[in-house]
Amino acid sequence: MLTISNYVKAKTLEEAYELNQARSSRVMGGMMWMRLSNAKVKTVIDLSGLGLDQIEETDKVFKIGAMCTLRQLEQCERLREEYGDGIAEAVRHIVGVQFRNQATVGGSIYGRFGFSDVLTAFLALDTFVELYDGGIIRLSEFVNRKPDRDILVSIIIRKGKRKFRYSSVRRTKTDFPVIACAVVTGIVHGEESWYFSVGARPMKAALTERKWKLKPDETEEAIAACAKEIAAEFDYGTNMRGSAEYRQHLAEVLLRRSISSMLTEDK
Amino acid sequence: MIGSSEKLSDLSYVNHPVPKVDSESLVTGKAVYTNDLAPSDCLIVKLVRSPHAHALIQEIDTARAEAVPGIVCVLTYKDCPDKRFTLAGQTYPEASPYDRLILDRRMRFVGDAAAIVAGVSEEAVKKAVKLVRIKYEVLEPVLDFRKAKDNPILVHPEDNWRSLCNVGADNKRNLCAHGECGEGDIDAVIDSCDYVVDRVYHTKANQQAMMETFRTYTYLDTYGRLNVVSSTQVPFHIRRILGNALDIPKHKIRVIKPRIGGGFGAKQTSVSEIYPAIVTWKTGRPAKIIFTREESLTASSPRHEMEMHVRVGADKEGRIRGIDLHTLSNTGAFGEHGPTTVGLSGHKSIPLYGRTDAFRFTYDVVYTNVMSSGAYRGYGATQGIFAVESAVNELAEKMGMDPTVLREKNLVREGQVMPAYYNERTDSCALDRCLARAKEMIDWDRKYPCYDCGNGKVRGVGVAMAMQGSGISHVDTGSVAIKVNDDGFYSLMVGATDMGTGCDTILAQMAAECLECSMDDIIVHGVDTDISPYDTGSYASSTTYVTGMAVVKTCETLREKICATGAGYLGCSVEDVQFDGVNVTNLKTGESISRKEIGNKVMCFSNEALSASEAFSSPTSPPPFMAGIAEVEIDKETGTVEMVDYAAVVDCGTVVNPALARVQVEGGIAQGIGMALFEDIVYNEKGKNYSNSFMQYKIPSRLDVGKIRVEFESSYEPTGPFGAKSIGEIVINTPAPAISNAVQNAAGVIVRELPITAEKVYWGMKENAKE
Amino acid sequence: MEVRFILNQKQVAVDAAPDAVLMNVLRDLGCKSVKCGCETTNCGLCTVWIDGKSRLSCSVLAAGVEGHEVTTLEGVEQEAEEFGRFLAKEGAEQCGFCSPGFIMNVLAMMREYEEKAEKSGRASDAVPDVEEIKEYLAGNLCRCTGYMGQLRAIQNYMAEKKMTGENVPEKKEVRA
Repeated sequence: MLTISNYVKAKTLEEAYELNQARSSRVMGGMMWMRLSNAKVKTVIDLSGLGLDQIEETDKVFKIGAMCTLRQLEQCERLREEYGDGIAEAVRHIVGVQFRNQATVGGSIYGRFGFSDVLTAFLALDTFVELYDGGIIRLSEFVNRKPDRDILVSIIIRKGKRKFRYSSVRRTKTDFPVIACAVVTGIVHGEESWYFSVGARPMKAALTERKWKLKPDETEEAIAACAKEIAAEFDYGTNMRGSAEYRQHLAEVLLRRSISSMLTEDK
Repeated sequence: MIGSSEKLSDLSYVNHPVPKVDSESLVTGKAVYTNDLAPSDCLIVKLVRSPHAHALIQEIDTARAEAVPGIVCVLTYKDCPDKRFTLAGQTYPEASPYDRLILDRRMRFVGDAAAIVAGVSEEAVKKAVKLVRIKYEVLEPVLDFRKAKDNPILVHPEDNWRSLCNVGADNKRNLCAHGECGEGDIDAVIDSCDYVVDRVYHTKANQQAMMETFRTYTYLDTYGRLNVVSSTQVPFHIRRILGNALDIPKHKIRVIKPRIGGGFGAKQTSVSEIYPAIVTWKTGRPAKIIFTREESLTASSPRHEMEMHVRVGADKEGRIRGIDLHTLSNTGAFGEHGPTTVGLSGHKSIPLYGRTDAFRFTYDVVYTNVMSSGAYRGYGATQGIFAVESAVNELAEKMGMDPTVLREKNLVREGQVMPAYYNERTDSCALDRCLARAKEMIDWDRKYPCYDCGNGKVRGVGVAMAMQGSGISHVDTGSVAIKVNDDGFYSLMVGATDMGTGCDTILAQMAAECLECSMDDIIVHGVDTDISPYDTGSYASSTTYVTGMAVVKTCETLREKICATGAGYLGCSVEDVQFDGVNVTNLKTGESISRKEIGNKVMCFSNEALSASEAFSSPTSPPPFMAGIAEVEIDKETGTVEMVDYAAVVDCGTVVNPALARVQVEGGIAQGIGMALFEDIVYNEKGKNYSNSFMQYKIPSRLDVGKIRVEFESSYEPTGPFGAKSIGEIVINTPAPAISNAVQNAAGVIVRELPITAEKVYWGMKENAKE
Repeated sequence: MEVRFILNQKQVAVDAAPDAVLMNVLRDLGCKSVKCGCETTNCGLCTVWIDGKSRLSCSVLAAGVEGHEVTTLEGVEQEAEEFGRFLAKEGAEQCGFCSPGFIMNVLAMMREYEEKAEKSGRASDAVPDVEEIKEYLAGNLCRCTGYMGQLRAIQNYMAEKKMTGENVPEKKEVRA
C-alpha cells in the first residue's frame, strides 16, 4: 500500500526539483502506477500547477508537457496531421477514456515500463526529453539511464516529413500489449532513415535504425527479409501473455506490415 | 390451475419486458448495497494470508499487531472452534465435505487465512496485518491435479475431516469425490462403431468476477443475536454455515441480503461471512469485511478446473451410438461444491444426444494446494459440454460431415427419455428448432466452414448445443408468502435472492398475473431469514422454476382465501363468488366488495389472517436447451481470434420477462467468450496466483465480444410456472465449444485446452503448415 | 489537510490525509454511487467528472482536486434517471453495481460529442457511431450484461434525445 505523508503542489519547477532531491520524495504523474506500489512516500510533488499540460508547437518541434494526458495526445489534431493516426493508435488501447484522461505522458515515459506503448511510439520518433537539471537528451539515452532525482519537463519531437506507423497485438483489446512495434521513416541528414522500436517484449522498448533505401515497389520477399532482420535484432522474453518465440514472430509480422504500408503510401 | 394453461397472448405481465422493480434506485446510484449500508462504526476486518501453498503454523505472535493503536482483536486458530464445516451453500446434509475451520494451523494455498485482524480504522488494521509474526513449517504442496489422487502428500490429513454424504470421498487419498454410472456396454459399443473420437479436453479455473467483491457486515441486535448483512445468494444456508462455524445455535443468527452486485455462483459459497461474524461474536462490536479485488481473485470460489477424457462413437450414417466420459476435477484446497459440480459435467452433456446405445460417466474430484473452487454459472455442465460438444465437432470433421447435420441426426427431442439425465423425460424441448433458427441467423449454409476475407484474415463458423437443469430435483425448495394489507396491496415475501438477475421482478410479475392486479399493487421483500419464508437460495437455475411455482401456488391459495373472506363480508356462500382481482362479486346478486375494502376490513375484528404461504419442490428438473453459433475472424499470420458474431437461440420454456431473459443470455455468452478466449488463472511453480487483478485476469470489455444476437424458441414446460424453465446458467455453456469449433473450421486448428489464445492458434497453424 | 472543492455544484471543504483517494472522500461525503470494483484502474466503476472530464476517482489524490469541480452521479440525478429509464427498459442495469460509473461516462461521451459538433458546426458530429461508443466506454467493465443491452439503451436514448429519428450508424462515413 502506498502511503504519503505530505502533499505539495509545486509553485515552480525549481521548488519541485528541490523537494525531489530527498530520496523519500516522488513526483506524481497521473497516479496510475505509483498508487499500486508499496512505497512509503514522504513528499509527493504535484506538477499540475506548472502549465506542463500543453502541447506547444514551434517551426521545428512539438513540445509535449510532461503533465499532458494520454487523451490529449490521442485527440491532438496537429500531431495527427504531422504523424498520421499512429499517435492515437499508440494510446487508444490503453484501458479506457477515464484512464487516458488521467495518465500523463511524463508518467508513462519516466516510468520506463516494459509494457509502455507511449515509450515504444516516442522512441521510434527519435524524440528528446527535457529534464529540469539534465537539459535536453535523447529519449533513447534517457530510457537506459537509471532513474534519478531529476524532473521530466517535456517531450520534444522534431518536425520534418516523416511517416509513422504503430501497431500492437493484445489479448483483449484494452490489455497490455503482447508486442508493440513502431516504425518511422524519413530523411535524416539527406539520407533515408528507418527507425524501429519494439516494446513489450516484455522488456521495455528499444530502438534500432537503418539507412535503407526502400523503393515503393519493393517485393514482398525483400520487405519480409527486412522485417526479419530487424525483429531478430531484439531479445524477447516469456511471460503470461506470450512466449519469446511467439513475440519475435509477431514483431516480424507487424514490422513487415508497417514497412509495407509505408511503402504503399508512396505508390 | 393458474399459471398453467393461459395463452401467452392473454397474459398481462408474464412474457412482458417489465422493468425491474429496483431499477430506479440502481440507475441513480442509491445506497442499497452492503457497503453502502454498513454503519460507520464497524470494526474493519482484514486477514493475514499465507504466503505458502502448503505449510503448518508453528508459532504465531500477535503482540505487536495488538499493540497498534485502534486494534481491537487479533484472532488465530487458537481462538476458533475445532469443529469442521463447509462453506458450500447447499441443502443439508451437504454433499461437500466438512473440511474447514474458520482458521486452521495448516495452510493449504497461497492466500489461505492465517489470522483475523480487526480494528477501528483501515490504516490501523493494514498496519497490524503486517505486524503479525508467523513462523511456518513450509511443506511440499500438491499442485498438479493429475498427480493428486493417492499422492503421499495429503491436503487434508486431519482426523476430524468428514463427509456427510456418500460421494466416494476419502481424505487419505486426496479424494473429494468419486463416482461412476452408465448404461449398456460402452466398450463394446465404442469398439463396434465405424467412427470413434478419443480426446482429452482441459478447462481452467475461471473467476465469476462479479463487480461487487465479497463483503459482509455483522452486529449484535437488541436480543444479543448475531445479525449478518451480506452479499450472498444463499442467506438461509449462511445461517446454518455460521451456526456450524461458530458452534452456536442457529436461532442466534439472522441473515439479511440487500442488493447484490452480481454473484454468478461465487456467492453460493460463504466466502466472507465467517470473518466479521467471529469478530462480532467475540467482541460484541459491529464489524465488516470488504474483500479487495485481489482477495476476490486469489482466495475465493472459482470454477473447477477439469480435465475430461471423451470417447464418442458413431455408425456410418452418423448415429452417435456411445459416449464415454471421464472427468478429473480439481477442487483445490477445500471441497466446496466439488462432489456436485462434477456430476453435471456428464449428466448435462451426454443427454444432449438422445439415441445412444450406451454411455458411461466416471469421475474423480481431487484436493490440491490451490485456492478452493466453488460454484460458477453452469456448475460443471459448462466444462462437460465443452468436452462433449468439442468431441462431437471432431467426430463430424472425421466423418466429413457438417457438424450441424450430425447434430440434427442425434439431438434430444421432446418426449425422449434421457438415460444419462436420471431417466427423466423431456416434456418440453425445442432444441431442434433452436439449432435450425441459429443456423438461419448466422447464414450457416453459406458460411460453413469458412470464407477468406482476402486481407490475410479468414472467418469461420462453429456450433455447439447446451442444456442445464431447472433447480435440483428432490432437493430445492422455494416458499413464498403473500399477505393482503390495508387498501388491498400485497406484500410478496420471498426467500429467493435477487442478485441483479431480477427475480424480485419476475416473481412479482407472476404474482400480478395470478392475482390480476398491477405491479404497483405488489411490494416485494427479500431476504431476511427472520421474516422471509424458506428458500434454498438462488442457484442451480432454480428461482424462476421452483420459487416461481411457489408463487403460483401461493396465489391460488390466497385467491381462495380472498374469495372466502369476501363471501363472508357479502354474507353469501363461497361457491357463489368470483374474484377478478379487484372485486369479490356475488354472482347471484351482483353485489360486490372490493379488494381494498376487504384489505381494510380484515384489520378490524378479524380472526383470520388474510395471507397465504406455499412451498414448491420438484421431482424433476426440466432442462432448458439452446444452440449457439459463433463466427470468428482469424488473422492467418498472428493467430489472433476476433469475435464477429454470435447467434444464440434458447428454449427456456415460456419467457417470463423477455428483456431480462435476453440480457441474461447476452451476459452469459459474454462470460463464455471470456472463458473461451481470455480468462485464465495462472499459478507459478510454487502455487502463487498471478491472476490477481483485473490487469492480469482479463474479462472481456465491450470491444472483445463482437455482436451477440439472441432469440427464443419457446417450448412449454407443463410442470413450470406459465410453462417456464430456467435461463440463468445454460447461457454460458455454448461459447467455448462453439468458438473452438469456429477456430477449427477457420484455421484447421483444434485447441483442446482453454483459453484459445492467439498463440495457441498460431502454433497450431504452424504445425499444420509443416504437415 | 483541508481540501476545498466544488462537489455537485456546492462548495465543500474536507479534512483529508495526503494519501486519501478521492473515491473514499466522496463516499464519506455521502456520494455512495461511487463504487470500487478493482483497485487497479481497470473497471471504471469509480468514474466521476473532474472539471467535466471522466476520471477514475480511485486513483486521484483528494488533495489534488483543491479548487476543482467534481461531479458524481448524485450531481446529475435527473439526467441519470432519464438515461436510466432506457437502461432499465432493456434490463441492462442488471445488478446495477457498475451503472453509476457507466452512466457518468455515457453522459460525458454525449457532452464531448456535442462540444465537438458545436466546434465543427456539423450536426452529425454530435452522435457517435457504434464503434466510437464502444471505444469510448471500453474502460467501463460490466460482468452481467454482455454489453449489448447497454448499447441498445444508448442508441435508443440518443435517437430520442437528439431526435435523429434514426438508428445510430455502425460506422460513420469517413469525413473529409
